[in-house]
Amino acid sequence: MANTQMSQTTTGKSAGGFTEAEAERRRVRVNWLLSLPALVWLAFAASGPLLIMVVYSFLTPGDYVGVVWDFSTDAWFQVLFTRDIFDETIVTMADAHLSIFWRSISLSLMTTATTLVFGFPTAYFIATRSPRSRPMWLFLVTIPFWTNLLIRTFAIMELIRNEGLINTVLLKAGLIDTPIQMLFTDGATLVGMTYVYLPLMVLPLYASMERLDFRLVEAGYDLYASRLQVLRRVILPLVKPGVIAGSILVFIPSLGAYVTPRLLGGGRNMMMGNFIEMQFGAGRNWPLGAALSITLLFIVMIALIFYVRNVGKEGSGHG
Amino acid sequence: MADTLSDDVLRRAAERAQSKRFDVRTMPGFTTIAVICFIALYAPLFPMAFYSFNAGDSIAVWQGFSWRWYVSAWSNDLVKDVTVRSLIVAACASGIATVLAVLAALGTTRTQPFRGQTLIYVLINQPLMVPEIVTGVALLVFFAMIKVATGYTGLIYLIAAHAAFCIPFAYLPIRARLEGMDKTLEAAASDLYATPIQAFRRITLPLMTPGIVAGAMLAFVISLDDVVITELVKAAGQDTLPTYMLGQLRRAITPEINAISTALLAITVVLLTTIFFLTSKKE
Repeated sequence: MANTQMSQTTTGKSAGGFTEAEAERRRVRVNWLLSLPALVWLAFAASGPLLIMVVYSFLTPGDYVGVVWDFSTDAWFQVLFTRDIFDETIVTMADAHLSIFWRSISLSLMTTATTLVFGFPTAYFIATRSPRSRPMWLFLVTIPFWTNLLIRTFAIMELIRNEGLINTVLLKAGLIDTPIQMLFTDGATLVGMTYVYLPLMVLPLYASMERLDFRLVEAGYDLYASRLQVLRRVILPLVKPGVIAGSILVFIPSLGAYVTPRLLGGGRNMMMGNFIEMQFGAGRNWPLGAALSITLLFIVMIALIFYVRNVGKEGSGHG
Repeated sequence: MADTLSDDVLRRAAERAQSKRFDVRTMPGFTTIAVICFIALYAPLFPMAFYSFNAGDSIAVWQGFSWRWYVSAWSNDLVKDVTVRSLIVAACASGIATVLAVLAALGTTRTQPFRGQTLIYVLINQPLMVPEIVTGVALLVFFAMIKVATGYTGLIYLIAAHAAFCIPFAYLPIRARLEGMDKTLEAAASDLYATPIQAFRRITLPLMTPGIVAGAMLAFVISLDDVVITELVKAAGQDTLPTYMLGQLRRAITPEINAISTALLAITVVLLTTIFFLTSKKE
């Protein structure tokens, strides 16, 4: 409202002499002008630099740091392949890179699955509480969500380290003789990411379960459906948008996770995020890092398109 | 006659008994898993908080209660230094992000759909979609170019980066607030000869204040929590509290880290609880 009025005062000189199409154009221009500062800032410090990464992925790494401005597709080649040190014509798959990709994708999928298995019943539990107590249960999920990710990862780290609480208790109880190595394994990363991202699964799931019409569930039982059938054929289809939204919200940060795999997985169990960071640090291969970043971005975009395709339709279908 | 009556009563009793057992809302095992989840969300935080009060140097062997590590963290100049830097960056970044988000929200809500509206929406939310590590390295490269060209290596880079990824967090609650607002009040103001600026200052702005406060707080917390982008963008000696903690976690851990973490956790819980009760009171 304020916009339309502002645009009218700036153009008021023509004293109502402008056509409706003209007014419309001016209104749109004001809307763009108001959005522009945010867009410029984002272009400068978020979106724009991503384009620089595309350019950098086609350059040659510098001797010490940075890049040399020579066109090269080596970085993209190195993402998946490696040349023999002695004979450059021998090309093999880059096993080290593949194992990092595989770990990233499989751990992210497993994290998504685990958070879904635990998050679904939790969201259902909250949605079936009385309307008065629901905010309280929801609040209990939000506190960890807003607690610093580093602190939550650190808490898990302390729990599972060799001198940590779990090993200490097991040793004292005489169940084990030597501490179990839990820290710095893929399992530790999985547990950590599940713990850290669980609220991201519960919140969107709850949002769609809250609107669940339980008369439909009752109708299912009336028609002699078993509990499992009601869950599979009635509840799941109805909360599908929430399931997809939660899965995407967990999958994307898992794929790009940096802090959790670094602290819990250690240097040997790198994920893509750590591997990318390494190229800009000790690895000193900026073009490869840039190519890897764009690969990661590409996978994320595929996941997002999948989300828009599925939830976009569902959302409009149910109103 | 008597037979059918008793049959009826029996049937109804059976129904009642069954309805007690059979609630359409219950799913077997769901409550158990939910309870496990709630316990699991909080259980790991307790040992961390517990050992922050340890009198000894260990984070595994209890040697009695003491405030020692809180005192040590409080008097640690480095911790003070990084905390102040964190607060400066968060305050500047959330301030900038909130102003930009208010303008953008005014431009994109309560108007008829216009060309490019979806594009603006996607661009503003872009930081939510791109993995932090990708934005981080892209900024590292971009700022390195500027640093070479200008020679300036101040805190502005960190603030600029933080403000950018804070914009969507500030924008979303402000937009939500604006969309729920009554347009007629502003129409009434202009009917009563308020200039557009007066109408905005006296009507629109006060009405959207709760959204602005929520957005600013969200942006502040997001900035304060950031590890990845800060770690990549910061110059030497520009550690914030989270990157300082990340560095410490790779070395020998003393309960001092527990003390800092627990203090931060306590602040988060107090802030969130306050917001929770403030917002639930209104309803």
